Amino acid sequence: MVIKGGEVIFNTVHLPESWKLSTYVANGGYAALRKILSEKTSAETIIAEVKKSALRGRGGAGFPTGLKWSFMPRHFDGDKYLVCNSDEGEPGTFKDRDIMQLNPHALIEGMAIAAYTLGTRRGYNYIHGEIWETYERMEAAVEEAKAAGFLGDNICGTDFSFHLFNHHGYGAYICGEETALLESIEGKKGQPRFKPPFPASFGLYGKPTTINNTETFASIPYIIREGGQKFLELGKPNNGGTKLFSVSGHVNRPGNFEVPMGTPFAELLEMAGGIRDGHTFKACIPGGSSTPVLPAEIMMQCTMDYDSIAKAGSALGAGSVIIMDETVCMVKALERLSYFYFEESCGQCTPCREGTGWLYRVIHRIEHGQGRPEDLDLLSDVAHNIGGRTICGLGDAAAMPVQAMLKHYRHEFEHHIEHGKCMV
Amino acid sequence: MLSPDSIAQIDYEIAKYPVNQRQSAVMSALRIAQVEKGWLSTETMDFVADYLGMPAIAVYEVATFYNMYNTAPLGRHKITLCTNISCALMGAPEIAEHLKEKLGCGFGETSEDNRFTLKEGECMGACGDAPLCMINNHRMEGFLTPEKVDSILEELK
Repeated sequence: MVIKGGEVIFNTVHLPESWKLSTYVANGGYAALRKILSEKTSAETIIAEVKKSALRGRGGAGFPTGLKWSFMPRHFDGDKYLVCNSDEGEPGTFKDRDIMQLNPHALIEGMAIAAYTLGTRRGYNYIHGEIWETYERMEAAVEEAKAAGFLGDNICGTDFSFHLFNHHGYGAYICGEETALLESIEGKKGQPRFKPPFPASFGLYGKPTTINNTETFASIPYIIREGGQKFLELGKPNNGGTKLFSVSGHVNRPGNFEVPMGTPFAELLEMAGGIRDGHTFKACIPGGSSTPVLPAEIMMQCTMDYDSIAKAGSALGAGSVIIMDETVCMVKALERLSYFYFEESCGQCTPCREGTGWLYRVIHRIEHGQGRPEDLDLLSDVAHNIGGRTICGLGDAAAMPVQAMLKHYRHEFEHHIEHGKCMV
Repeated sequence: MLSPDSIAQIDYEIAKYPVNQRQSAVMSALRIAQVEKGWLSTETMDFVADYLGMPAIAVYEVATFYNMYNTAPLGRHKITLCTNISCALMGAPEIAEHLKEKLGCGFGETSEDNRFTLKEGECMGACGDAPLCMINNHRMEGFLTPEKVDSILEELK
């Protein structure tokens, strides 16, 4: 797998043992934390800097990070928590694993800065179950940071204390939903909570909690060290900074690429070695399996930022680009995705629990030559009745790919139903 | 019921959480118990429940909710193959066929010699290495080809 370095997060990946504390510190690491502690920078100043950077949540929702931080009650008398969402399980997404694997201290420093800003003394990093080696890497990095005085009591000799712990998941996509993740840390089934109340007022153990994605936290040291303006200028207005794009599927060189927000998609595709040899580009899922598929000709006009992809009718999500060539049958692709949501639905809300199974069974029969002419309307109807009717976004995530596939590739589904077989 | 080493590991996990939140260590405790015992019997889960001061039913709920816990006995090695979209695009269906043929069993089944249990997995968050599988939950192997699968099977006696 290819790793393309960049200015903010993958700035040291070309170095041997980039994950070591010594490598991190030798390249400007922990300078931002030291600076705010020695200068006693106010929380308002830090939040203003993060707002200026136009950093938006890298977990998929794109919510402005500075704004999210401002929701946290700062003068709350009692425990508050900071949580990192490293439960990366959306098909097509694999960036947080490489951040923790190659530059874990950027995440730790980012969380320490956030903890200082938000007044939290305890934090948890929830790591996806299937990446055990990455969990071990993070455990080692936390120990290193503790031994060097960047975590624990009296950080850098000041009265600021922050204790960070890794929590290992054990296989549940739904725990990427932030309130399911909190339930999971509490030692329960990962079933999402009703919102409101939002985590900023009722989070982990019922206390005010701020949750950000791994890449979001890992971007913070750069913003504090170099300034929000510089981060913003790396990208484009309203889409600050660089972003990690995970490119998988039918390309010659799949991997993670750190590039400025607003990079033309065509350039990213070229970095990934282009479509695999001898094939042509058919379609792209630009932001992970929940985001609507886009045909190649639309995708080639896009730039890689929240606004451009949204304008094209999809979403940047977590920057998880799945590339499909002309050999892909869209019915079969959708069948697999629908099975995923059916399998991973937590079962709490009826429209999702029943609807995801219904979607899967109908697509399965179309794929297997038993589709009925009325099935396409049925699919639209079921998808429509899941979307917006559930506690969390998993229902919408199951419905959106169906609607987008029917919008752009309806003829493939019709062909399957009419002829009982595939047209590709 | 569990070895002193496992208990020490569980105690390390308990210490990560506030003093009155021992239940937060249940996922780790079940993982540690499973590594020692191979699978989670009711007896093992009841022990974890007692140790953490939780109702047994709350432990069963966790063990059956998360995919990586083995709630039934299985072969000596568990191979979980991802068949989700990026892996599927990169040849997971062919790898699945190859594994089924070599092991003589399908997904969710155990080979006759009890060496392997084959499972179908969901996205493991490493799609750049597709197609990939997980061996006994804690080791990941990517860029699978039939030849690579053969050498992995050979190595896992």
